[in-house]
Amino acid sequence: MTWNLDSSRPIYAQIAEQVHLDIISGLYQPGTKLPSVRELAAQAKVNPNTMQKALTELERSGLVHSMRTSGRFITEDTDMIKRMKEDLAADQIKEFLEKMSSMGFQPQDTLQLIEKILREEKS
Amino acid sequence: MSVILECENLTKRYGARTALDHINLKLEAGRIIGLLGPNGSGKSTLIKLINDLLSPTEGILRIAGHAPGLETKKIVSYLPERTYLDENLKVSSYISYFTDFYEDFDASRAVDMLQRLDIDPDLRIKTLSKGTQEKVQLILVMSRRARLYCLDEPIAGVDPAARDYILSTIINNYDENATILISTHLISDVENILDEVVFIHNGNIRLQAQVDDVRCNQGKSIDELFREVFKC
Repeated sequence: MTWNLDSSRPIYAQIAEQVHLDIISGLYQPGTKLPSVRELAAQAKVNPNTMQKALTELERSGLVHSMRTSGRFITEDTDMIKRMKEDLAADQIKEFLEKMSSMGFQPQDTLQLIEKILREEKS
Repeated sequence: MSVILECENLTKRYGARTALDHINLKLEAGRIIGLLGPNGSGKSTLIKLINDLLSPTEGILRIAGHAPGLETKKIVSYLPERTYLDENLKVSSYISYFTDFYEDFDASRAVDMLQRLDIDPDLRIKTLSKGTQEKVQLILVMSRRARLYCLDEPIAGVDPAARDYILSTIINNYDENATILISTHLISDVENILDEVVFIHNGNIRLQAQVDDVRCNQGKSIDELFREVFKC
């Protein structure tokens, strides 16, 4: 996995976002074990304290839970993952619609445009 | 959190020139801390004071409660700006030296790291490239189970690939109860591994802050902040 970290934003938050996305996209399957803090820190080239903070953040959201001795696991709650995936998709679509609206497209026009582009892509 | 390093009105003068001017500084254990400042700001002077290579003109310096000396040398691992390895000796001789000198030296760890880099311990130091010599020195320093590591410009003058190796060696050997103090002016290369930064300028501490607080509150990278604070 490659990590794109922007030094002008808190690193732990960016790592939490990326792992979040990797879980939603299915790169990390439900119920699987995450690598250790040290391994993840080495991969991302950040310090273990930062990685620890990112994972704590993910634990708070419920996507990851830790078992005292055996490490950290991705949640098995596939409904929750699905819900988060839909939330994320909704955010993206809202953002897109706002951009289109600032260009003067009404939602109806945008929808027609999307359909047109999809038809063209198919053929 | 316990305090690993404490300076009170610490001052160092070289003749008429003041290198450190009454600095007060407290560093907590368990963190990776960047000591950042332009050339000639006092970084190396502070690191040499910590390692008992210089004596303070005024003020107090304590490491885990002790003044620099025999007790602190047992717990402080120091990477100087330039390697001090004798060119005529073999890498393996240094493994034995470090084993003799430092109770906390983990020889198996050092051997393992050398092996992973394909460095033959029977080679003499002079047959190694400059970059490899620096890696050997870093491996020796990081193989101690010290409480405070002082790394003076560990990534200056090496190529980007070696830089990555050095940074990952630091991360991989870092024990969460230890503290690493890294002095450098190459900020963008190290800032992602830092918890905290200390800006030093003309012998004064200009700023001590958590890196994520800087990013959160100012929306800036440490590199950007540094350029702003030390604008010429």
